[in-house]
Amino acid sequence: MVNLGADLWLQFILALDATLRVATPLILCAMAGIFSERAGIIDISLEGKMLLSAFTAAATASLMHSPVLGLLAGITVSVIFSIIHGFACITHRGNQVISGLAINILASGLTVTVGIAIFRQGGQTPNLARADRFAPTELPFVDLVSHIPFIGTIYRELISGHNILVWVGFLAVIFTSYILWKTRFGLRLRAVGEKPEAVDSAGISVSLLRYKAVIIAGVLCGIAGAYLSTAHGSGFVREMTAGKGYIALAAMIFGKWQPRGALLACLLFGFLEAIAARLQGVELPLIGAAPVELILAMPYLMTVILLAGLVGRAVPPRAIGQPYIKER
Amino acid sequence: MNVQKPLPRWVDIGLIPVINVLVALFVSGIVVALIGENPFVAMMVMVKGAFVYDGSLGYTLYYATNFIFTGLAVAVAFHAMLFNIGGEGQAYLGGLGAGLICLWMDSFLPALLLIPLAIMASAAFGALWGVIPGYLQAKRGSHIVITTIMFNFLAASIMVSLLAGMLKSGGQMSPETRAFTDAASLPMIHEILQGLGFDVARSPLNLSFVIALLACVGVWVLIWRSRLGYAIRAVGQSPQAAQYAGISIERIIIITMAISGGLAGLMAINEILGVQHRVILNFTSGYGFTGIAVALMGRNHPFGIILASLLFGALYQGGAELDFEFSTITREMVLMIQGLIILFSGALSFMFQKPLQRLFSKLATDDKTEAAHG
Amino acid sequence: MTQSKKTPSGEQPSPLAVELADISKAFGTVRANEKVNLAVQHGHIHGIIGENGAGKSTLVSILYGFYRADSGRISINGRPVDIGSSADAIANGIGMVHQHFMLVPNFTVLENIMLGHEGHAQLDKAATHARAELQTLSDTYGLTVDPDSLVEDLPVGLQQRVEILKALFRGARILILDEPTGVLTPQETDQLFDILNALRDQGVTILFITHKLREIMAITDTVSVMRQGQMVAHLETASASPAKLAELMVGRKVLLDVNHTTATPGDILLTADHLYCAGDSGEVQLKDVSFDLRSGEIVGIAGVSGNGQSELLDILAGIRPPQAGNFTFADRKIDATHPLGPAALRDLGIAHVPEDRHRRGIVLNFSAAESMLLGHSDNKGDDNFSNNWWGDSWWLDPKKLAAHCATRMQAFDVRPPDPDYVSANFSGGNQQKLVLAREISTEPTLLLVGQPTRGVDIGAIEFIHQQLIELRNRGCCILLVSVELEEIMSLSDRILVMNDGGIVGEVARADADEQTLGMMMAGIAPNKDANTKTGQAS
Repeated sequence: MVNLGADLWLQFILALDATLRVATPLILCAMAGIFSERAGIIDISLEGKMLLSAFTAAATASLMHSPVLGLLAGITVSVIFSIIHGFACITHRGNQVISGLAINILASGLTVTVGIAIFRQGGQTPNLARADRFAPTELPFVDLVSHIPFIGTIYRELISGHNILVWVGFLAVIFTSYILWKTRFGLRLRAVGEKPEAVDSAGISVSLLRYKAVIIAGVLCGIAGAYLSTAHGSGFVREMTAGKGYIALAAMIFGKWQPRGALLACLLFGFLEAIAARLQGVELPLIGAAPVELILAMPYLMTVILLAGLVGRAVPPRAIGQPYIKER
Repeated sequence: MNVQKPLPRWVDIGLIPVINVLVALFVSGIVVALIGENPFVAMMVMVKGAFVYDGSLGYTLYYATNFIFTGLAVAVAFHAMLFNIGGEGQAYLGGLGAGLICLWMDSFLPALLLIPLAIMASAAFGALWGVIPGYLQAKRGSHIVITTIMFNFLAASIMVSLLAGMLKSGGQMSPETRAFTDAASLPMIHEILQGLGFDVARSPLNLSFVIALLACVGVWVLIWRSRLGYAIRAVGQSPQAAQYAGISIERIIIITMAISGGLAGLMAINEILGVQHRVILNFTSGYGFTGIAVALMGRNHPFGIILASLLFGALYQGGAELDFEFSTITREMVLMIQGLIILFSGALSFMFQKPLQRLFSKLATDDKTEAAHG
Repeated sequence: MTQSKKTPSGEQPSPLAVELADISKAFGTVRANEKVNLAVQHGHIHGIIGENGAGKSTLVSILYGFYRADSGRISINGRPVDIGSSADAIANGIGMVHQHFMLVPNFTVLENIMLGHEGHAQLDKAATHARAELQTLSDTYGLTVDPDSLVEDLPVGLQQRVEILKALFRGARILILDEPTGVLTPQETDQLFDILNALRDQGVTILFITHKLREIMAITDTVSVMRQGQMVAHLETASASPAKLAELMVGRKVLLDVNHTTATPGDILLTADHLYCAGDSGEVQLKDVSFDLRSGEIVGIAGVSGNGQSELLDILAGIRPPQAGNFTFADRKIDATHPLGPAALRDLGIAHVPEDRHRRGIVLNFSAAESMLLGHSDNKGDDNFSNNWWGDSWWLDPKKLAAHCATRMQAFDVRPPDPDYVSANFSGGNQQKLVLAREISTEPTLLLVGQPTRGVDIGAIEFIHQQLIELRNRGCCILLVSVELEEIMSLSDRILVMNDGGIVGEVARADADEQTLGMMMAGIAPNKDANTKTGQAS
């Protein structure tokens, strides 16, 4: 009995451990979404930017044998496409949903096309050697502490052993909170998403502010993509984002455009994905085969339920989605 | 009101979409060149693959059929200013509807009864999958873009569960239903034409193409000649005016999404009844999203949609040929072109409008001064 | 109330605070400003008056950097400046209080005032500094506001005060106010004028844009008159008269009274009984409104906008049901449990010319013929629109629609009389005539009209007023809601004044004058018996 308890406990900790790893790209993209949408620009293209960055990071890491260069390259590409999105939406006042969708489709096509051209492996990049990836970093004193019951396990499995980008993900939450609520840039950014006229008549450029917001979003998506292919995984595989960008979008809405709320939502969705993976093929008492599909569908279902107003309201920034045009 | 003379219709519907495509192809050509292939050669391969080789026109039209249905779906919703991104999910569930009818009744019903029932079921299931987000938008204010995206994923989950579980055909490992009987087959166009004496190569083009064309006529009549269509356009152009007129905005949103979902659902009959004769995983494979591109290019008008569908059909079929002939290029190239087309015709559409407007106003004033002097 | 400051004669003129020379600006083919000159002295309150569309807003928008003039020069304090953006304007000490406030509703007062001029990258430090600065400003000018309240919780008058403080916080010595009194009660307007006088005494130069003559007379030292994009006059207010200003605004002697024949009201058509409705956040919009309407009369509803008139129109038109109370029309009682929509009420004989012409009266992107169909698209039995070949249940015949529209356009002098012309391209006056054509040609029993001549040129105004009188003479009852007191007084047979969601009182045509009505608009009922049912006024 005690062993069963200890075993369950270990499984639980391992699940939490997996949660953190799975949630990291979600967290980064959700923060990206918050920057963009708080400034009034809808961003459906979190998925596409992440995919482009994942490919670029893996390709660069493979060719240059450096995950850091890969990270920088991934961020650069993601920012380029953010600027394209900005160009379409801000400068040309185009439809933001369509622009985001276009980038996603473009990303799917471009990554494979360029991938085949360079690597001739059907769209994927070659498997990255250990040195070319972000390695898990063991925190100090792991051996000393791991004997202590409970805390030791937590320290060894849950806290230590993640690679640095996981911590960057958490830092991103703090960064986002700080910037948006503690700096004047954040005040202006939030104002421009609620009432751009107020910012314009204060003599601040609405366009420039929005461009900065989407560029920051691009950086965060870039880190997320690089994480996927060079830290979490060992190379790029086609469509490897597999809807994570949309889940991040859902998490952002679930978190009501607040960093802390979005973080919790990402952890929840990550947890669901983690247990779904562990329950694959497992027989549960009473239910039979574990409903893996249902668990994986939970984030989408929960978001719809939230949007239906059944569990509180999700109110987006007031001026979102509307191109800013000076009225005559 | 800052009102500029609007562009002549032929420019809006004809010239601008052409410019969009040309720019998209140009950019794609650059990528092809960067990969190390000759873009013009690639272009020729695509054109031949789409129209010239035996059976290729049939294939092109078969693909176009899918896009007509999903394009009409997006267009109808757009007229009410609703963004239906859920075409994939609605088409997927449409396939479920048709599949269920066939699995249930294909052993005892003749084709003449079975096919219409299956068609109605696919429209009904698609309509259902569209109506729920529509209802949520109308009654609860849930943004239809997000809900339809979520519903795409939910549809995928449902179908995976069913096809790998309950509906799976006993013998096989792959998640799909059993094959339908012959009664559940739409006649193939090449067979019809051969029966009439024309020597036409095989292709998956089937009767659903005709149904798609009929749907185009139906949508045109609905939107521009019916009272319901007037109400839909009023809600889309000015919800406050619609409210003033006594048109129930909620009712219109729900009806529009039902029609839109139903049209998307019909896409399934081309695949399920026309080609596959069973329900397989992911038969929608992105056609729902292409429908968005088609509707944008076609300016939400059935005639434009037919043309845009032809274009995309040609891209898909030509893309398959590219894949076949070049080791360095795959069908993903088509995705890239598609993304660029959506980008230019949807998001950057104003980029060309302003210079063209200036050009045309200048031409108009030049005409006037000529008339004055002449 | 009239206070003009005389410039002592013989003194060396100090540099002008603001000087605009030869300013021209066109939007497409519309010449919004044509060679406009303006000269404003320091420490003066200078009015700019003109009709809707005269170009006043465009002019000050150029001064504030929203637009760049196509040609012309701007000088501030004697120095030529280049104002390419609002930032430039602010740097030159120009501040602006817009007609539609530029405030972020869910930010606090302090955050709104700080926005853009925080003074420090870190918000905490910026807020401390701003708070102190705000306190100084409040003390100097007597403008008190709670810095931590949310702007959306403040009443309109206080929000405007925040706008003024915002401008002063940014160092404005030249303050532009664009139509500031449209949203204020007469009381709040007086408070605003006190503030403006206090500012002027502290040396702030004020530009006051309005289309209301009495405000010019009340507060300004000097006034400029704009008409159709041009500056036509520049006067000392003390030497001007309302009649003179009106004539300058319009270009000819203004008919202040349309050819008004006496009304002979008939039977009671509509009885409103204790109508009540409240908004989404629970704020009461209509409380206990009761009145009668008779055939063959024009009943005017006077009041500052936002006192329940819009909601009253919406309820009587069927766009929303009353939450309590009811009204009876054509033997039908309409209340919360038996609501009737606009289509049903149209069938019963109520027509509605909405206040918001652009968003409700027409569909901008529709052709005139399609806009003509608005509200009638469901008339199944209507022979005008249907093609009998397909049956008239759901089919619309464009030829019949066009013919129907063309006839109406001719009758109502809509220019150009082209049914295919896009609704957005008609001028304001022609759009309004289009809407009237649609509503009046159904020969309604009751016509609800909101702000019929807002943004309409003078020729169309006369036509529209004439049409309303003739309609009334044919036995229709007209309920006229307007914020323009002159219009109400010139058209109405009797006037109901609304304030704060209720009817303050009723005034017969003969007894109506601006002072009485103005007091009632502020909520002060007259001493005599304020009974609102017809036929019982003492």
